[in-house]
Amino acid sequence: MASEGKPVNPPGTYLKRQDLERLPGLIRYKPSVKYLFAAGEALSRFLKGLKEGKILGVKCPVCGRVYVPPRAYCEYCHVPTSEWVELPGTGVVHTAVVSYIATDRSRMEKPEIVGVIRLDAPGYREDSYEFAGLFHKLCGVTPEQVMDGSVIGMKVKPRWKPPEERTGSITDIECFEPVEGGEQ
Amino acid sequence: MRVNLHVKDRVAIVGAGMTLFRRRLLETPRELAWEAARQALNEAGLTLRDIDCIVTGTAPDAFDGVHFNGEYLADGAGGFGKPVSRVYVGGGTGVMVPIAAWWHAASGHCDTVLAVAEEKMSPAMPHPQYVFAYIWDPILERPLGPNLIWIFAMEMRRYMYKCGAKKEDIALVSVKNKRNALDHPAAQAAAKITVEDVLNSELLVWPVNRLDISPVSDGAVALVIAREKTARRITDSPVWVEGVGFTLDNTHWYNRELAYPRYVQYAARMAYRMAGIERPWKEIDVAEPYDPFDYKELHHIEGLMLARPCEAWKLVKEGYFDRDGELPTSPSGGLLGVGNPIAAAGLMKVAEIFWQLRYEAGKRQVKKPVHKGVAQAWGDLMQAGTVIVLGN
Repeated sequence: MASEGKPVNPPGTYLKRQDLERLPGLIRYKPSVKYLFAAGEALSRFLKGLKEGKILGVKCPVCGRVYVPPRAYCEYCHVPTSEWVELPGTGVVHTAVVSYIATDRSRMEKPEIVGVIRLDAPGYREDSYEFAGLFHKLCGVTPEQVMDGSVIGMKVKPRWKPPEERTGSITDIECFEPVEGGEQ
Repeated sequence: MRVNLHVKDRVAIVGAGMTLFRRRLLETPRELAWEAARQALNEAGLTLRDIDCIVTGTAPDAFDGVHFNGEYLADGAGGFGKPVSRVYVGGGTGVMVPIAAWWHAASGHCDTVLAVAEEKMSPAMPHPQYVFAYIWDPILERPLGPNLIWIFAMEMRRYMYKCGAKKEDIALVSVKNKRNALDHPAAQAAAKITVEDVLNSELLVWPVNRLDISPVSDGAVALVIAREKTARRITDSPVWVEGVGFTLDNTHWYNRELAYPRYVQYAARMAYRMAGIERPWKEIDVAEPYDPFDYKELHHIEGLMLARPCEAWKLVKEGYFDRDGELPTSPSGGLLGVGNPIAAAGLMKVAEIFWQLRYEAGKRQVKKPVHKGVAQAWGDLMQAGTVIVLGN
């Protein structure tokens, strides 16, 4: 039995950032690819709904689940979803965080609050594991409210962009904000 | 009760090897794969000639910056002129690699399999975190400008809310794992730190600070896997693969309860059933739950049914999961302490259980006698669970 324990002498040569910069034959490479993503059958209709200021869901004809965001097929039953429903748009905050960093990990000037919104949708029990919901920004709440937990369970509604600025994007909703006088 | 699985042969691990885990290594991905493979073969007393098949794993190609990364590094992994396959389930890949190696051998198709996982995250500039921008849904998520850490922070926040855990309770996992890693010869982020150090480190996305997270790493790990007859010829102390499990949830992570990972539980149930384990919290002696973030270890301990939902954070406080505790978790030091070269990190966890069950972990050896261990990884958008149960 090795007293030092396995692994014995793991190989590898550590480089400091400066060591790396001094290596011969360094290659700097930046791929330049561009994409144009189609939103697909179900999401195109959902995005059209956002442009009109509506949050749409779709219902499975077999199990009755209401999907938001909508899918073209039911994940459980593997049949086409058929019936479109318009949701009130209100919901409660499932979780929320305060971000101080951007996508590329640079520091943000102003922290941003984002979270998951559990939408009011027919067919889901209050405490079900799954729910109709969206990932979005939150506004009208403070970082302190996120940290003390009072944001979770808060009733919220979408703050829409003015109709002329909407493009059929998830950002047609600026953010979710507390419902005036809403109970937690 | 063990289920009657139609496998041709029992399968054992007979050797393991790994490179250093570091923020930046000189070696290329294929050189790292080669170094780890060579170590594992040496430990088993074999050469490449003794190997029938190769299974490799590496997480997103975008880190190494080479498409077909599996094929690119295959010859380093010993795959020249042999059957090679690559498996991929994001962060779950590291444990998926030995699972795939298991079915290669259990089916009787290959007598010996070399399982190699590699990751080189350091080439991505200015920071590898940016590469994660491409895992988000292009239609509904990318327009919001997300950072990968957001999703973890949201899950951690939900766990804290649902389970009543505080940041300082969760930070204890980081303290424990970084301390455990002080005894790991390959460790990158081993340290003696306190809860205050975690709370005072750079705040990234509340509730996540820098020391709640595992580092960016380069590294590779390899295992040699063999069918029973061959395994017994190679070593007196084979470590048996007693159960494997893997499941995938959908990508709609914001459509489910984030406080509990059901995809891990499904995979664990599958693996325990095959291993004949009915009460994992009593029958498992040592565990390596996946810990890229400190709360994730707690989350996964609960998903593995080693503690009841919402109770893992209380047990950490009691020292229950320490190396000399009732159920040691991440005795290696985990991803938080040893490092997180994604696919390689998961396989490092399996290697640790292998060494623990052979009583070869040296200073890291857990205090209690060990018979059965479990290693687990998680991957993709809160989606993939991969679990392997080993026994000696």
